[in-house]
Amino acid sequence: MIIKILGTGCKKCVALSENAMAAAKAAGKEAEIVKVTDFAQIAGYGVMSTPGLVIDEKLVSSGKVLTPQEIERLL
Amino acid sequence: MSGFFGWLNDQFLRMEWLSDLVTYLLVATGLDVASPIGGSVHFFIYDVIKIFILLSVLIFAISWVQSYFPPERTRRILGGYSGIGANVIGALLGTITPFCSCSSIPLFIGFTAAGLPLGVTFSFLISSPLVDLASMILIASIFSWPIALTYIGVGLVLAVAGGTLIGRAGMENQVESFVYSAPVHDGEANMSRAERFRYAKDQVTEIIQRVWPYILVGVGIGALIHNWIPEATITALLGQDKWWSVLVAAVVGIPMYADIFGTLPIAEALVGKGVGLGTVLAFMMAVTALSLPSIIMLKRVIKMPLLILFLGIVTAGILIIGYIFNSITHLFL
Repeated sequence: MIIKILGTGCKKCVALSENAMAAAKAAGKEAEIVKVTDFAQIAGYGVMSTPGLVIDEKLVSSGKVLTPQEIERLL
Repeated sequence: MSGFFGWLNDQFLRMEWLSDLVTYLLVATGLDVASPIGGSVHFFIYDVIKIFILLSVLIFAISWVQSYFPPERTRRILGGYSGIGANVIGALLGTITPFCSCSSIPLFIGFTAAGLPLGVTFSFLISSPLVDLASMILIASIFSWPIALTYIGVGLVLAVAGGTLIGRAGMENQVESFVYSAPVHDGEANMSRAERFRYAKDQVTEIIQRVWPYILVGVGIGALIHNWIPEATITALLGQDKWWSVLVAAVVGIPMYADIFGTLPIAEALVGKGVGLGTVLAFMMAVTALSLPSIIMLKRVIKMPLLILFLGIVTAGILIIGYIFNSITHLFL
């Protein structure tokens, strides 16, 4: 699966991507984490507050740093 | 009663107990607070502690309120108004939304894609970094309530007027096309009380981590102005009788990327040295409303003519506010 972190490089985006990595590991899934930092691309997902979390091209959360447990439930 | 409220204001907002405590501790270490060095040290320690205490409490409280107004809800509220009423609501909602200009571009795209008028979106965009409740209370703490309310008032007028003018200019074709084709999600997550608490707590940590260097530098410059630069030098450059003072303040402030919380101690020291209130207000507004990084980011979503119109209107507004307030400074100080 591909997990995308939408954000322009703020601290929250780094935290979210670390949590996503931990979640994928805990769930035992092979996941590729992609950071999307371009405005146009972020806008393409309809996100207004960063960081956004996209799993396999589906926007699952925005404006929040989810905990690894919360992300695991979404995987 | 006014005596009681005055006391509350002095102790909790202006934190006179803290000033006294710092004086007491400095005198105990043998430092004369009336000397330039002692005075600078006092200004620095007192201002830094005061700003950090106020900021933490304020950001927590405001983030709590903010958690009830996610961008999706703001957008829906704005969609229900039209005409100048929409600009006013946009400017008001800007006061309770993000402290950071870095979040304004996704908001701009989200609002515009959903079909909100350009002018309304700009009212929101101008007001959002310029006026917020935290800066109002900090200004009240450092200066006074009349100055704080005036700052908020003119900031809102600038946001409403600026947005209205941009709306009238008919520049919808000056927005990059990808903005209009962005998808619109309307999902709005409901937060539990625990989540609001976590959100507010995270905001405090995140904002303090981001702004502390600006606050230290700002207070440092303030302390320098406060005790080392002669009043004559400052008034010769920025005095109220100098026609260029507001212009210099705006030109210096516009490209600067700093936080209002870091700018306030500089403003405080400048007013103490006889610089006009209008000049100082213009400086604070220029620093917060416009900055080189935010202009570069805006350039990616709007075309040059609209960008120039936006910069022109905001700059003109700041200059007008500065000159008006310099002519009526005596009403406040």
